[in-house]
Amino acid sequence: MIPAAFDYVRAESAEEAISLIGQHGDEAKFIAGGHSLLPMMKLRLAQPSVLIDIGRLSDLSYIRDGGDHIAIGAMTRHMDVETSDLLEQHVPLLAHAAGHVGDPQVRHRGTIGGSIAHADPASDLPATTLALGATYIAQGPNGTREIAASDFYQTFFESALNADEVLTEIRVPKMNGAGWSFQKFNRRAQDWAIVGVAAWRNGDQAGVGLVNMGATPVLATSVAAAIAGGASVAEAAEQAAADADPQADLNASVEYRQHLARVLTRRALETASA
Amino acid sequence: MTMTDAPTATSVIGQRLLRKEDPVLLTGEAVFANDMKVPGALHMAVLRSPYASATIVSIDTSAAAAMPGVRAVYTGADLAEQWAAPMPCAWAVTEDMLNPPHHPIAIDAVHYVGDGVAVVLADSDAIAHDAIEAIDVEYDSREPIIDLDDALSDRVLVHPDLGTNSSYTWNLLIEETDGAVQKAFDEAAYTVSERYVQQRLIPMAMEPRAVVSIPQPFGGDLTLYTSTQIPHVLKVMIAVTLGVPEHQLRVIAPAVGGGFGSKLDVYAEELLCVALSRKHGVPVRWNETRSENTVATIQGRGQIQHMELAADADGKLTAMRVRLTADMGAYMQLITPGIPLLGAFLYAGVYDLPKAYDFSCTGVFTNLTPTDAYRGAGRPEATYAIERAMDALAAVVGLDPLEFRRRNFIRKEQFPYEACTGLTYDSGDHDAAATIAADMIDYAGVRARQAEQNVDGATKRLGLGVSTYFEMCGLAPSRVLASLNYSAGGWEAATVRILPTSKVQVVTGTSPHGQGHETSWSMIVADKLGIDPADVDVLHSDTTIAPLGMDTYGSRSLPVGGVAVGMACDKVIDKAKQIAAHQMEANVDDLEFTGGVFRVAGSPDKEMPLAAIAFEAFTAHNLPDGLEPNLEAQVTYDPPNFSWPFGTHMCLVEVDIETGAIEVLQYVAVDDCGNQVNPMIVEGQVHGGVVQGLAQALFEGADHDADGNLRTSTLADYLVPAASDVPSITTGRSVTPSPTNPLGVKGVGEAGTIGAAPAVMNAIVDALSGLGVHDVSMPASPNTVWNAIHAAQSTTSPNGGPQ
Repeated sequence: MIPAAFDYVRAESAEEAISLIGQHGDEAKFIAGGHSLLPMMKLRLAQPSVLIDIGRLSDLSYIRDGGDHIAIGAMTRHMDVETSDLLEQHVPLLAHAAGHVGDPQVRHRGTIGGSIAHADPASDLPATTLALGATYIAQGPNGTREIAASDFYQTFFESALNADEVLTEIRVPKMNGAGWSFQKFNRRAQDWAIVGVAAWRNGDQAGVGLVNMGATPVLATSVAAAIAGGASVAEAAEQAAADADPQADLNASVEYRQHLARVLTRRALETASA
Repeated sequence: MTMTDAPTATSVIGQRLLRKEDPVLLTGEAVFANDMKVPGALHMAVLRSPYASATIVSIDTSAAAAMPGVRAVYTGADLAEQWAAPMPCAWAVTEDMLNPPHHPIAIDAVHYVGDGVAVVLADSDAIAHDAIEAIDVEYDSREPIIDLDDALSDRVLVHPDLGTNSSYTWNLLIEETDGAVQKAFDEAAYTVSERYVQQRLIPMAMEPRAVVSIPQPFGGDLTLYTSTQIPHVLKVMIAVTLGVPEHQLRVIAPAVGGGFGSKLDVYAEELLCVALSRKHGVPVRWNETRSENTVATIQGRGQIQHMELAADADGKLTAMRVRLTADMGAYMQLITPGIPLLGAFLYAGVYDLPKAYDFSCTGVFTNLTPTDAYRGAGRPEATYAIERAMDALAAVVGLDPLEFRRRNFIRKEQFPYEACTGLTYDSGDHDAAATIAADMIDYAGVRARQAEQNVDGATKRLGLGVSTYFEMCGLAPSRVLASLNYSAGGWEAATVRILPTSKVQVVTGTSPHGQGHETSWSMIVADKLGIDPADVDVLHSDTTIAPLGMDTYGSRSLPVGGVAVGMACDKVIDKAKQIAAHQMEANVDDLEFTGGVFRVAGSPDKEMPLAAIAFEAFTAHNLPDGLEPNLEAQVTYDPPNFSWPFGTHMCLVEVDIETGAIEVLQYVAVDDCGNQVNPMIVEGQVHGGVVQGLAQALFEGADHDADGNLRTSTLADYLVPAASDVPSITTGRSVTPSPTNPLGVKGVGEAGTIGAAPAVMNAIVDALSGLGVHDVSMPASPNTVWNAIHAAQSTTSPNGGPQ
């Protein structure tokens, strides 16, 4: 519970953060809200030699209307996502999912960018933004680039971000009145989901993201395809685990996870279709 | 004896006074051991074995020793000379009990993951933790034994020198005539044979352990601050184990953040800090990390229970057979072997069992963290087994579980009741408690809702669980402890001292760590002396200030320690009365003492307040001949019996049979702990206790892999429920005063935990019985429930059997 020794520097701008990480290389880590990284450091599972604190980049804390999408600054706290009127109006699924992250203390510290960049398949917001077809904006020494959420997640805690890039913005398409549901199944309110399902539906269009169903957040494309093909909700939900490769842990066997994915997807789509 | 009237309004007893302990705790003013600023202290860190079973081949400490800020590094071999005796076990339950030597640091072999291998002393905690990572240990690892049944087979030995993993077998066979148990089973109309597993639990006190040992190198005295429940017992044990002269030891438990039995122990780190601080002549301190706490502090429970019940054609119990296999872990800690036996006397629960009781327990070593006392200590296990088995038997007999229980309750008029085990239950009214609980939850209404809801095809099933309990607490009559071969007594000491300005100091031998003794003892004294509770200060948990005491555990503090405080007040009043009589020139026998004032019967103008007498006692100018100055009295009280709180808990759950998720809709706890000094504190104890029992049923379990690694070593993996995860608890009470002590009180610290786990599990099984589910193991995680449903469904029809 005592981390290994590390140096600490604070970046005052995104540019400075990028310059600092270029300077310190692989041994450095960005820290935003600290709610994923610090526990790993205390257990000495992560031992970065330098922490680059981007927690003060307040110009990256915003929620803006981008026309066909809502743009969310990476440093926006979960609580601000949860309570945003703009998101409630245009992307209610994301606002609702943000309200299920951890507990109130976590939601006041943790950031949407930190959660996505950490690329934990058990986190709520990666799978939710994936289901919504979000685009992430990364800034590096050579400028910015867009990364589709569907291209972003590589494996456990690994993303398409380069070591010298910082995630600056999340762009989430407006839902245009689509029905939606977020089903988080866990044993305690504050826990990561054993399985979570973020789903929306608009006629024969649907998107389903699965939490904690593999090494990355999972886009259940087979379910969306079944809905597009005219399948009933119950039939489509049977495909929920088809694109997933879940692991067993203390809370769930592989079979149970697959079963939960099907049940929760069915329930989510029933709500989204109502 | 049952009464439900509130005590008279003029008495402070029975008032819901806010706890006087809380302001310092809530503002952070309270000083816990790790908060103490101790100049010049060295920080200790312990390197712990990553293997559950291994021989230590070599240890290279040179790299660690060379690190800046590191003052010393020691291995077990380096310190072997420090120990005058092995780590103490105070409860040799049988004459031939096997108890392998256990040293604070392993000397040549390790026996569980977390066993200490080396220690570092450094200038800071961080340096000490960095340094233990630099110690290079070569282990020759062996196959560990983790599973209890496997351990019982002796296929692999934890301690090869012992030749077996079985430490002891303890039997209690009570038969009216030889062969009565077997005869009852042969002739029974109904029998059940059930197997239950009490999973290991991690006590997880909010404050992990912390130790600060401050020697006085030239004077020879040593002060030990430690997060313990037992400063007095610890002082004796340190003297014995380290050969430190007891009169030069002072043990202080400063603010202590919970214990739940886990701090009722003598720990390696306490002995190490004392030994190393004496060796170096400087203070040595140690602070346990949370993950370290999960392996280095004892775990609770860890039993396999085989329960057999026999009943006659009327559904009356006729005999009981209990076979326990109890997990000791790798070593015996302070009272490890005795824990399952504390339950031996409670397997018959609240039921009128004839003398046909056959109990046997085998204590078995495994390559896991030692077990020891955890809230309830043997009694929750016993209550779980009988209450689950009573439901199973009710199903066989074909009776509603509550009705079946009522048929078997010890009836009110049978008290005091001599149980088949030879112990006497002082008082009780189980039918009344059950009726109150049934009314509170609307038992009949719930059964009707259940019949309506739990139909074929229903996804959400209602379940109603009942549990009744008797608790044997208030440890304990010293002579009973002697008969169990326990090496200490069960008395408690108290001193009441009235200061010259009539403020009162109470010195108690109990050692509170969350229970609210300062408030409750103040209320007892205020009631006795007719003063304001705010004028009472309670001194405790320091062996120099309170030299006599047996500390806090086993729901003993109020029925033993609190009673002693009341008796000391009586003694002080007796002395004050002599002074008052002398000053008012009256006969002692004519004096009355009410509301803090002595009055002479028949002479309404003659009165003297206690405050005036306190000052007279202080000046000693005008005392009766031969009477010593000052108002102070000491009492050491050895209770004549245990105290026997009891109650009925009921739990309503809804199980989602598609996901296995359980929602607790309602929880009703009716507890009878005799007279209540402060009902708010009682309810707090019940709330906390219920949540801890409910946690065993639904959330918590120390999970080890086949190599003996703990997989639940953080609070992310070990699921202690938070407020958002537990139901609102409805408390009710009946009041059956204990006839064995003058306050009429019984303990309540463990009651909630004892009642809760079986109530919750009975509710879950009740919800699923229509699907053919007979039992669900703890903790009933959604996956476990889903598996149980599937296992039952594979042997019954797809939509379940008849309701």
